[in-house]
Amino acid sequence: MNQDNLVYLDYAATTPVDPRVMQIMLPYFSESFGNPSSIHKFGQTAESALENARLTIAQTMDCLPEEIIFTSCGTESDNLALRGSAFLARKERGANHLLISPVEHHAISRTAEQLASIHGFELEYLPVDSFGRTSMEDVACCLRPDTAIVSVIYANNEIGTLNPISTIGQLCRSRGITFHTDAVQAAGYLTMNVNSLNTDLISIGAHKFYGPKGIGALYIRKGLTILPSQTGGGQEYGFRAGTQNIPYIVGMAEAFRLAQVEKEDRTSSLKPLRDHLIGSILEEIPDVQLTGHPEERLPNHASFIFKGVDGNALLMMLDMEGFACSSGSACKTGNPEPSDVLTSLGFTRDWALGSLRVTLGMYTTSSEIEGFLKVLPKVVSRLRAIS
Amino acid sequence: MSGGVDSSVAAALLVERGYTVIGMMLRLWSEPDSERSNRCCTPDSMAMARRVASNLSIPFYVLDARQLFYNAVVESFIHDYTHNLTPNPCITCNRIVRWEFLLNHALSAGADFLATGHYARLTQNSQLSYQLLRGVDSGKDQSYVLHVLTQKQLNHALFPLGEYTKLEVRQMAHKYNLPVAERPDSQDLCFVGADGDYRQFLARHVPQARRPGEIVDLQGNILGRHDGLAFFTIGQRKGLHIPSPTPLYVLEKDFSRNAIIVGAHDQSGRDNFFVENVNWIAGEPPDSQFTALVKIRYKAHDIPGVISTINSNTIHVKLENPPSDITPGQAAVLYNGEVCLGGGIISNVTE
Repeated sequence: MNQDNLVYLDYAATTPVDPRVMQIMLPYFSESFGNPSSIHKFGQTAESALENARLTIAQTMDCLPEEIIFTSCGTESDNLALRGSAFLARKERGANHLLISPVEHHAISRTAEQLASIHGFELEYLPVDSFGRTSMEDVACCLRPDTAIVSVIYANNEIGTLNPISTIGQLCRSRGITFHTDAVQAAGYLTMNVNSLNTDLISIGAHKFYGPKGIGALYIRKGLTILPSQTGGGQEYGFRAGTQNIPYIVGMAEAFRLAQVEKEDRTSSLKPLRDHLIGSILEEIPDVQLTGHPEERLPNHASFIFKGVDGNALLMMLDMEGFACSSGSACKTGNPEPSDVLTSLGFTRDWALGSLRVTLGMYTTSSEIEGFLKVLPKVVSRLRAIS
Repeated sequence: MSGGVDSSVAAALLVERGYTVIGMMLRLWSEPDSERSNRCCTPDSMAMARRVASNLSIPFYVLDARQLFYNAVVESFIHDYTHNLTPNPCITCNRIVRWEFLLNHALSAGADFLATGHYARLTQNSQLSYQLLRGVDSGKDQSYVLHVLTQKQLNHALFPLGEYTKLEVRQMAHKYNLPVAERPDSQDLCFVGADGDYRQFLARHVPQARRPGEIVDLQGNILGRHDGLAFFTIGQRKGLHIPSPTPLYVLEKDFSRNAIIVGAHDQSGRDNFFVENVNWIAGEPPDSQFTALVKIRYKAHDIPGVISTINSNTIHVKLENPPSDITPGQAAVLYNGEVCLGGGIISNVTE
């Protein structure tokens, strides 16, 4: 399949690996290939690379190196944060209550659901406003002495809305309750300074910020213990066993460093394009709504719902016109159901099935956006005509 | 694409011939809360279709037609059975789901044609009008279900398999290295699932179909009992459970008495019927009265007959030889040799 003329507008799904990141990874496949746990020089070289990468991430987040552990992806970090905290909190202080927002990524919501249905935890969903935002006051109302963990997503993958992590974190800290945030989408654009975030556990995944797929990290605030899921050789301070994926770790660290160093520049070039996209679509196409907060949202993110449109068919037609986007309600098996996020925000099926997410990135040009803006209204009206 | 041999080979042929091919699969309705997926869209068949598309380097999309399929095909299936008709849902599916919904989406997405793995041929006559012909493999010919197509639809249709036999198609699947399952062709309805036939489906979804009654002969003698008229088709021999020296067949279903009338094969005598909702492939009938070969069900043999048009969508058919199984609700499809002229639904009405 020829992808040459396709315009990629799905950066929230994944990003291409930055050539600078690619370069930095290469030596670790064949030359410096050792196992960091080995005593010999091969191991020492690998360990050195591992710890340098850890330090890079720690410096970027203004935390200690031993507070960063490496995982296989953002989902694994989410799983580890939630399960690891829940089981230990129940064991140590009988805490059995889980508090999450209703618009979390499935890596959090499905994990929490399993903790409830199989492991007997009590799962409660925080209130959100019509933009999917949870406020500190919302959390304050729901916090209980027996709350094991609170998890609120930093920036929503589906609708782009940003949550006030800092104030929620401060509240949880004052009540001695563990607070986690899924920062997978946020890590490429927003501050990741742990001191301003006031958060105990932070998940990231490299492939959202121009690093490779298959590598992530979890920040665990010093002094906090969580129960490891993956046990074995004691790597990663005992939190996550398994021989570390050195080339990918090195790549992730560099990608993360670059993202944080360049975030203002990346934001200032993307935001105007994205704002123009939103403005044009809302103006030109009838029966459309922007989902998520209009201002407090990721700078590259646009998400819409179109009344009376099948999101799946919309993506197919856009793909055939050369534009790659995604949707909260579409599914590769042609079995679109409105997403949990849109349903919990109260949108009716007729609207929620027609969701479209357009996310821009480093290689997006304004002519690509212009091209997209010419095509989308035609496609929407064609689809409405045949339904 | 269904993940089966026919649609996979059809796609491969078109790719070889230089068409820009896009694979599309329909997600259809299947019974909820059961392992019975619609045979056409099980996760396995979808994975298979995806693999074939990948092997052919063509894009692949799945279109959701569950609600439409349920409303148009399943509901009318249930409705027909409760209104004394024996439906052929494949015809409704072709008419509404494949050649309207799917065709519209394909054309809207920029395609010029919708191609399927049906065994049928398409030609244009000297006036450039489209003609639908039987497939060369008479055992696999599927022109019967395509009799509902109009000139407008045929203008956008491609049937790559019509020139080949089923055996040749299977050989081509090997030649193209297509990873398709050597699935035996199923005769059952796609939405009924692998573990039962339409009777189990009706029992599950149409409880009022279970209305026991009598089985009688032409003289009115009671020979036995039945579970419900819906579970029997005209011409059926099995399932009567009546000891008899000669084989007995369902001749008629008497809905007013809720009785099945059975008799010997040669006792069924009907040789004429009305056909409604007629579609003419050419756009109009050949004449107000003409002769044609008639198929009264998918697997029936041709019977010569005289066709008279009553109005724009009703005809009267008089057959040369009375068959034993004229069944209201089934399609009667007319042929002039290899050419499918069109057809419609056999009516309950007898005059």
